[in-house]
Amino acid sequence: MMSSFWSGWIVVLTLGCLAFVIYFLVTQWIAQRAETTTNTTGHEYDGIQELDNPMPKWWLAMFVATIIFTVFYLFLYPGLGNWKGFLGWTQLNELERHQEKHAQRYAPLFEQYANTPIDELIANPKAVKMGERIFINNCALCHGSDAGGAFGFPNLRDGDWLYGGTADAINHTIMEGRSGQMPAWGAVIGDEGVRNVATFIRANAGLSQDADPQSVAAGKKVYDTTCMACHGVNAEGNEALGAPNLVDGTWLYGSSQAQIEYTVRQGRNGVMPAWKDILGKEKVHLAATYIYSLDKKASK
Amino acid sequence: MSTATLQPTYNYKVVRQFAIMAVVWAIVGMSVGLLIASQMVFPELNMNLPWTSFGRLRPLHTNAVIFAFGGCVLFSTSYYVVQRTCQATLALPGLAAFTFWGWQLVIVLAAITLPLGITSSKEYAELEWPIDILIAIVWVSYAIVFFATIMKRKAKHIYVANWFFGAFIITVAVLHIVNSAALPVTMTKSYSAYAGAMDAMIQWWYGHNAVGFFLTAGFLGMMYYFVPKQAERPVYSYRLSIVHFWALVSLYIWAGPHHLHYTALPDWAQSLGMVMSLILLAPSWGGMINGIMTLSGAWHKLRTDPILRFLVVSLSFYGMSTFEGPMMAIKTVNALSHYTDWTIGHVHSGALGWVAMVSFGSLYHLIPIVCGRKQMYSVGLINTHFWLATIGTVLYVVAMWVNGITQGLMWRAVNSDGTLTYSFVESVTASGFGYAVRAIGGAFFLIGVLIMAYNVYRTVKSGNETEGEVQASPAQAA
Repeated sequence: MMSSFWSGWIVVLTLGCLAFVIYFLVTQWIAQRAETTTNTTGHEYDGIQELDNPMPKWWLAMFVATIIFTVFYLFLYPGLGNWKGFLGWTQLNELERHQEKHAQRYAPLFEQYANTPIDELIANPKAVKMGERIFINNCALCHGSDAGGAFGFPNLRDGDWLYGGTADAINHTIMEGRSGQMPAWGAVIGDEGVRNVATFIRANAGLSQDADPQSVAAGKKVYDTTCMACHGVNAEGNEALGAPNLVDGTWLYGSSQAQIEYTVRQGRNGVMPAWKDILGKEKVHLAATYIYSLDKKASK
Repeated sequence: MSTATLQPTYNYKVVRQFAIMAVVWAIVGMSVGLLIASQMVFPELNMNLPWTSFGRLRPLHTNAVIFAFGGCVLFSTSYYVVQRTCQATLALPGLAAFTFWGWQLVIVLAAITLPLGITSSKEYAELEWPIDILIAIVWVSYAIVFFATIMKRKAKHIYVANWFFGAFIITVAVLHIVNSAALPVTMTKSYSAYAGAMDAMIQWWYGHNAVGFFLTAGFLGMMYYFVPKQAERPVYSYRLSIVHFWALVSLYIWAGPHHLHYTALPDWAQSLGMVMSLILLAPSWGGMINGIMTLSGAWHKLRTDPILRFLVVSLSFYGMSTFEGPMMAIKTVNALSHYTDWTIGHVHSGALGWVAMVSFGSLYHLIPIVCGRKQMYSVGLINTHFWLATIGTVLYVVAMWVNGITQGLMWRAVNSDGTLTYSFVESVTASGFGYAVRAIGGAFFLIGVLIMAYNVYRTVKSGNETEGEVQASPAQAA
């Protein structure tokens, strides 16, 4: 709500401008001749003359019609400063009205599945389809329209899970979000350490056959003191922490020597937003159903 | 005004310089346009380099076609028209020459800084603050030259073309200076003096009036001189020109908020933007009516005169896009059209169909005269250019209409469960064919301009220009 001074300012400027246009239109209308003519105004510029023809009637009618529309519109809708408009319309209450209508109409559709456990619900093709649509609208931007993921965004159909692939774990991930923190180790273990540990990780995962054994051995030492706490004794990862398995062939941030060195040196921050407040638990339930159904397909 | 006294000598040098650079910048700006249109079909054309990526070349395209091409045409024609209709030589020739070199410097600086990613990020006002200051200096010099020439006029009245040029020059100065107000941090970086929704409102107050005054009022000034001149007919209605001029300049300045429908902009500002845009329909059409009716009694000339064809078709596109604009400003329509290619189509029906075509017609009229020739080197090539430009514009606009409405409908389509039917990327895929057609239309348009450049080159080369000034013949001044 603006002060009444500024409100008045807007009203005066708006109505003043309209009044000027209307006054000008009307006085010229009255002053003009009735019929078309070949008479000129008597002016001539570089050989150009101007006829004293009247303004076309249909054009005047159109002008007046738009002005009348404007007067009605500014009476019905907000426009003149603090005047709220006869209809009390605001873009916010229009949105709320639409959302309410939407919720009333569609909420029961989603609620009917809310109490069916996800492992049962995957047998219901209609529910899975609804989940897929929710996924396409909300999740596909990062995870891809085929849920195949992208660099930094997990693939959801390869049966490999950072935080667990049970129906409950997936549902929890979507509801609450996840924050994957790989710390930056560059300053702690130094360039040499980064290179060695990356060499070790690659050799350990079977990605390089001809790695320098000395570097691998040195890297193993770094791994045991620095990485093992999260990634595990055998680099098998830890779902409780979201620490990736480093021997399963899935690499969220790439598996080349340079990419792994980068990850170790600079760290990574993977953020999955929490969707419970955006979608609500009924829709998350269906999205989780769809994603869980992908996992079932993957493990078949 | 026919007198037997001394005829003034006109300063055609600066007119000619701007006219030739207009053709040069048209080629540059439209080539970049064709490149970015092709990038939408073949993303590989971004070449994986920051300097050639769509995001940096798009502002280069808009700046080059609007301010380099459009700007040079406006300088050229306004300097020409103001001299001839005031029967006075251009005031302050040194300052006029400065506006030419200053404006070319602005364009070159834009062509360097924009691909480097140096930008204020305000649409159509991307140039950083040192260039903005240069623009302001050149523009104020332009105003001084123009109005000083008006003051030297022989006739008591000021011709309608000069009202439009005058309004355009004054308003653009105000818009540019207010919208570009910023806090410099380094030579290449500044922050807007405004924040939040207010910044957005000022940006679109500027942005829409760049359309309203730069691309409409200025070009209506050209229309009011070159249409009656080329048709050799009197202007249809003086009264209509008065009413539509004052209505146009009073109402256009309000229309900016229609770019911000359904955003954080307060409801009252959105409503005013919408209704003022709607009332603008009649004042805009006033110019079209006056131009087209001026041809009554001269319609047969269209058969033989491709220059007149350019001018008439430009008025038709002007009428079409100034009908479309108010419709798109209505909130309900805007809810469908906003953020889609419909907007791009609307802009280009105005930019290609109106602004560029009225420019081509005017340049074809003016270039032979300022080069001391009877007519262009080849009238046949003007005709070829006309058809290429018309076909190109139609292909472009239709492709974007289809794309825009397709996108708008896809984005709002919902399934039986209330979820969206399409993901965003599906609407991009659906637009692929339209993007290809658009690029083909753009290629037609560009080829037309290349033919024009050849025609202009041959005309200039064979012209027997007298250095700087050409004596107005008594017949022309009569």
